[in-house]
Amino acid sequence: MTALAPEVGIDLNRPRVPFVRLVRVELRKLADTRAGKWLVGTIAAISLVVMIIMLWVGLAEDVNLGFTDFLSGMNIPMGVLLPVLGVLSVTSEWSQRTALVTFTLEPHRGRVLAAKVVTGLLTALFAVVASLVAAVIGTLLMDVLGSGDTRWSIEAIQFAGFYAGQALALLMGITFGMLLLSSPAAIVVYFAWAFVLPGIFGLAVAFIGWFGDVWPWIDFSAAQAPLFQSGGPSGEEWAHLGVSGLIWLVIPFVLGWYRVLRSEIK
Amino acid sequence: MPDTTPTFGYVLPSHGPMPVDPGTRDAEGMIEVQNLSKRYGDHLAVDAISFTCRPGSVTGFLGPNGAGKSTTLRMLAGLTHPSSGTATIGGHRYADIPNPGAQIGVLLDASAQHNGRTGREVLTIASHTMGLPKNRVDEMLDLVGLSPKEAKRRVGNYSLGMRQRLGIAQSLLADPQVLVLDEPANGLDPAGIHWMRQLLRHYADRGGTVLLSSHLLHEIEVIADEIIVIGNGKIVAQGGKEELLAGAGTFVRALEPDALARALSVAGIHITPATADGFTTDADPADVGKAVAAAGVALIELRPGDRAGLEDLFLQLTAGNQRDPLAPAPNPAAGPQAGFGPADPQGGQA
Repeated sequence: MTALAPEVGIDLNRPRVPFVRLVRVELRKLADTRAGKWLVGTIAAISLVVMIIMLWVGLAEDVNLGFTDFLSGMNIPMGVLLPVLGVLSVTSEWSQRTALVTFTLEPHRGRVLAAKVVTGLLTALFAVVASLVAAVIGTLLMDVLGSGDTRWSIEAIQFAGFYAGQALALLMGITFGMLLLSSPAAIVVYFAWAFVLPGIFGLAVAFIGWFGDVWPWIDFSAAQAPLFQSGGPSGEEWAHLGVSGLIWLVIPFVLGWYRVLRSEIK
Repeated sequence: MPDTTPTFGYVLPSHGPMPVDPGTRDAEGMIEVQNLSKRYGDHLAVDAISFTCRPGSVTGFLGPNGAGKSTTLRMLAGLTHPSSGTATIGGHRYADIPNPGAQIGVLLDASAQHNGRTGREVLTIASHTMGLPKNRVDEMLDLVGLSPKEAKRRVGNYSLGMRQRLGIAQSLLADPQVLVLDEPANGLDPAGIHWMRQLLRHYADRGGTVLLSSHLLHEIEVIADEIIVIGNGKIVAQGGKEELLAGAGTFVRALEPDALARALSVAGIHITPATADGFTTDADPADVGKAVAAAGVALIELRPGDRAGLEDLFLQLTAGNQRDPLAPAPNPAAGPQAGFGPADPQGGQA
């Protein structure tokens, strides 16, 4: 038996749980489960496969692939799977019912959600740095194995754009997670939003004349594309990003946040 | 064993627990629940309940499933918003207590753990959140009897009993002063239940406050000193265990059962034959004793009602308030009728 020595009375003057500690715990929770490990491992493995295919195709077809090409290539599997990590960081608390413990240890649910958001932003940063390293390796190999005049250039704004794209995707995952509080539902809805909706928008633009004017303002995925371009988004493109982001990210995020704060944890 | 002096100036009553009177608030109450209600649409899950749990005591919250126990404990931990009333710990709302896990140990559902995490990882996360030293995890694993090998296994592979031990370990991580445990004995074998009794008794003796729930009378009987019985959202009985047990009546046995039966009926005591030479009655053992002494009947046995009596009390207290009450038995003389389904041996035990 170890010491069980209760003190006198409940102490209101103790420090609350520091926010940094909440973030550290959330970071740990991302990868300490089987699902989390598999997801992180899968992202790494698919990125490697993408790099090998790019090298192979580049060398076989004698296409001179540069640094930004490799970086964009790495970006695709991460952009697909990182939002799932965002979804699960919220919904696993409900599907596995760990919310009972999480919100008992920190009853201020907004602080826990904020820690999850910060964790998501850090994860996106880690992912972009990792893809940067992978892109360097890919470009080096291309340089050594190929014709040798490889393009290394990247603009700071592009790099920021890559990060912003990953961070926004992860935040969308967290948002759908908070709104739906169910892993399968949130993942399905996210993929429908990310991969089906743009197609529907495309059809609508083709067949409904006036929709072409509205579309840039409501398609958040398309609005993010200029982030990755050389020179970054123009003034109007920033406006598109802001308006479509308000519709698809900010408003759902606020609603989802409110839902988590109000809901009964069972 | 470090520090065994009670930290509270509070002295445990040596003559058994005192009954809790919901009318008078005990100044020394650590957990205070007052007029607490929770309504879901038309359904009043918890109906204006009040009770107090004092340091140094283990309070058992007894009631059938769906009686409102878990809802009450969730309101206490700030996870469910009450419709009205208050629930405080040490005079404060749970949400107002900084780093509450370090002062109050809460186990609301032992199954509510991520199946993909190892037992050790579950404790590590909680101890990181609370900011505890590293060695606490090993100490608590040791305390609840989870071996290092078991701690490395994923919670998904744990039995319910192991999950309960893990949950107890988590609730005790920070050496809290208050323990709130929902169905902690569920899934434990009889030896495990007695182990928990030892653990909680030791904890309470050092000034800790324990509130635990159960839907099984025998668990509460083994573990708790004070009992609160809840049925259909209302408190139907509360008091010290001995007091409630005493309420279960008397068993009496004599050499000449006929003479005993006569003597008791003369004294106006209603009896029910229990064995070949014994009877049970709702009357107090003292009254039965006086009646038989006056009649000069030689007794073999006179004692407070036994377990079956307590079981009856529990059923009697809660049957009328069951979420799914026992259907009145169909009159056999009337024969099978439309509308009565096949007899359900589990009826009412939902």
